[in-house]
Amino acid sequence: MTGLPEAVISSAEKPTVVRPGDRIFRALTSGAGVFIVVLIAAIGIFLLLRAVPSLQRDNVNFLLSRDWVTNDPANLRFGIIDLLWVTVATSAVALVLATPVALGIALFLTQYAPRRLARSLAYVVDLLAAVPSIIFGLWGIQVLAPTLLPFAEWLNDALGWIPIFALGNVSTGGGGNIFISGVVLAVMILPIITAVSREIFARTPVTHVEGALALGATKWEVVRTTVLPFGKAGFISAAMLGLGRALGETIALTTILSATDSAPNYTIFDGGATFASRIALGSAEFNDNLTVGAYIAAGLVLFLITFAVNALARTVVAGKKEYA
Amino acid sequence: MKIKQSGAAIGLVAVGALLLSACGSDNNTGAQGTSSSMANLSVECGGKATLSAEGSSAQKNAMDIFAKDFQAKCQGQKIAYTKSGSGKGISQFTAKQIDFGGTDSPLSKEKGEVDKAAQRCEGNPAWNLPLVFGPVALAYNVPNLNNLVLNGELAAKVFSGQITKWNDPAIAAANPGASLPDKKIVVIYRSDESGTTENFQTYLKTAAPQAWTKGGGKKFTGGVGEGKESSDGVSSATKSTDGAITYVEWSFAKNAKLGIAKVDTGAGAVELTSASAAKAIDGAQVKGTGNDLVLDLNSIYGTKAAGAYPLLLATYEVVCSKGYDADTAKALKAFLTVAANASASELEAAGYVALPETFKKKLTTAVSAIA
Repeated sequence: MTGLPEAVISSAEKPTVVRPGDRIFRALTSGAGVFIVVLIAAIGIFLLLRAVPSLQRDNVNFLLSRDWVTNDPANLRFGIIDLLWVTVATSAVALVLATPVALGIALFLTQYAPRRLARSLAYVVDLLAAVPSIIFGLWGIQVLAPTLLPFAEWLNDALGWIPIFALGNVSTGGGGNIFISGVVLAVMILPIITAVSREIFARTPVTHVEGALALGATKWEVVRTTVLPFGKAGFISAAMLGLGRALGETIALTTILSATDSAPNYTIFDGGATFASRIALGSAEFNDNLTVGAYIAAGLVLFLITFAVNALARTVVAGKKEYA
Repeated sequence: MKIKQSGAAIGLVAVGALLLSACGSDNNTGAQGTSSSMANLSVECGGKATLSAEGSSAQKNAMDIFAKDFQAKCQGQKIAYTKSGSGKGISQFTAKQIDFGGTDSPLSKEKGEVDKAAQRCEGNPAWNLPLVFGPVALAYNVPNLNNLVLNGELAAKVFSGQITKWNDPAIAAANPGASLPDKKIVVIYRSDESGTTENFQTYLKTAAPQAWTKGGGKKFTGGVGEGKESSDGVSSATKSTDGAITYVEWSFAKNAKLGIAKVDTGAGAVELTSASAAKAIDGAQVKGTGNDLVLDLNSIYGTKAAGAYPLLLATYEVVCSKGYDADTAKALKAFLTVAANASASELEAAGYVALPETFKKKLTTAVSAIA
């Protein structure tokens, strides 16, 4: 890794010649870099500008209230605490279910599977990413929920003493809960996490692998001592990408989750709405700027959460110098 | 997002329309697949080739039927209706972007819509024409309970959590002899903002002012139950939940084969049929002046007439009385005439009711007065 840059430097110690091609390409790449920063800043500023007037007229605590009454612009009462809970809980369930499976698939594809099988299997996993989310939503509520109902009821009955498996604020039988949503989201983020981690595991330096093999390591030991340490940071990155998708998923969750006015019991059998699904539910009748502002304020919080999650992931990644 | 919400409904209508036109094809040959009521109708076609309209999503499926009829009746003419919400329908109309607007509630004087509309119509008043009526069913899923009877007060108490069991004495009193199970009532409501919810809550407020104190609006405010998105969502959730009850457009309740409660307005239990809904429309009072046919919803929701089903969603088309150019006026009048005469069976399949004769006369009088 370190040999290559040195060679480049020594050959470039002659007087620097800057050719037009260099200049143009440099300008293009920095343009692209600046563009994305400006774009994200513009989104943030837009959200902030639209949210502030509504936030000023909010009659309840925006961060702690459970209310969401926005149809009367003269008396706005909206808070995000329930949205926050459902958003975080569905994404967490999805991540818990998806990461081990994605890790398994990626390791199988890069380390164990015969080359031809690996390629076709990779295509199949990538296909999952092409399924429209409305299909996932309908599948979740109409097929998956009835199928998983016995399991859900068993969790309720047998493990109900663990708080997160207790009865929620919507009927378990309806299936419109965090559990089903999380399972569907897990399937949706699986291809993203798998595809990225597959690429990273495949790039484990051959010398490391051969070194381990030469020392008498078994296949499992090779994976444990070379592939996983090398790919760890990349895998975390992949999981964060998947988490971003899960946090922002709209239509599938709008279809699955049952809305409710009762307070959450903080179990995975709660219903409710996520930030994104609440916005989708209200979007049919966006007539008043203040009402829209309330929804945009919720969008702003989601934006900030995603930002925070990504920043966290970057710090983790930055700690691993193999990949940074 | 919007495409999705009623994707199922549109598909349903499309299939329904195909089936109906297939079934009815033997008695109206030569009418290009339109219904028989359409075949005998004389319409002065011509004028602008494409009329544009937008607004209320509640009338979208009826508009699809009207659009098909209009195209068949008037060769080369069509209408483009975008469902974007009632508020958008009115604002786009007053901004002169569209030829007419579809809305769940008439132009409001307080919001200045009446004046803005008059300005758009070059100083002439705009008219609210109630063209599309859709009954809302109180649909339930209780096995072996076939003839549930409710009234405004019971509905208000169920949908606000004051009655929580199917065998509540109050329900039993309205259903003598019925075997009501000792089960929890699961209220299913629309989690998205909808005109159906708004009308349902207005109905509860009108029919049972003491029992329903939760207010109104497009968002369900009952405070109990579980919300599902779209009419399709609530009907399938009701279908899959034992002991569930919901309010949903008639067609969805029928398609999901849910039980539909009869409503007792004080003159005996009324079953939801095209005839009983039409009877309520017939009894509707007009509170607008002249050809501005703004309805007094209290006269529908609070009806005491025997055999009239009170729970109806009434939606309007907002048009200019005068002030259109000649081409637009001609096309608009042709379209509205076709729409007022749309086939009852097609409308019923899509969950609406056809206008009863006397009411249709009022409407067509107004339409022909447009200049």
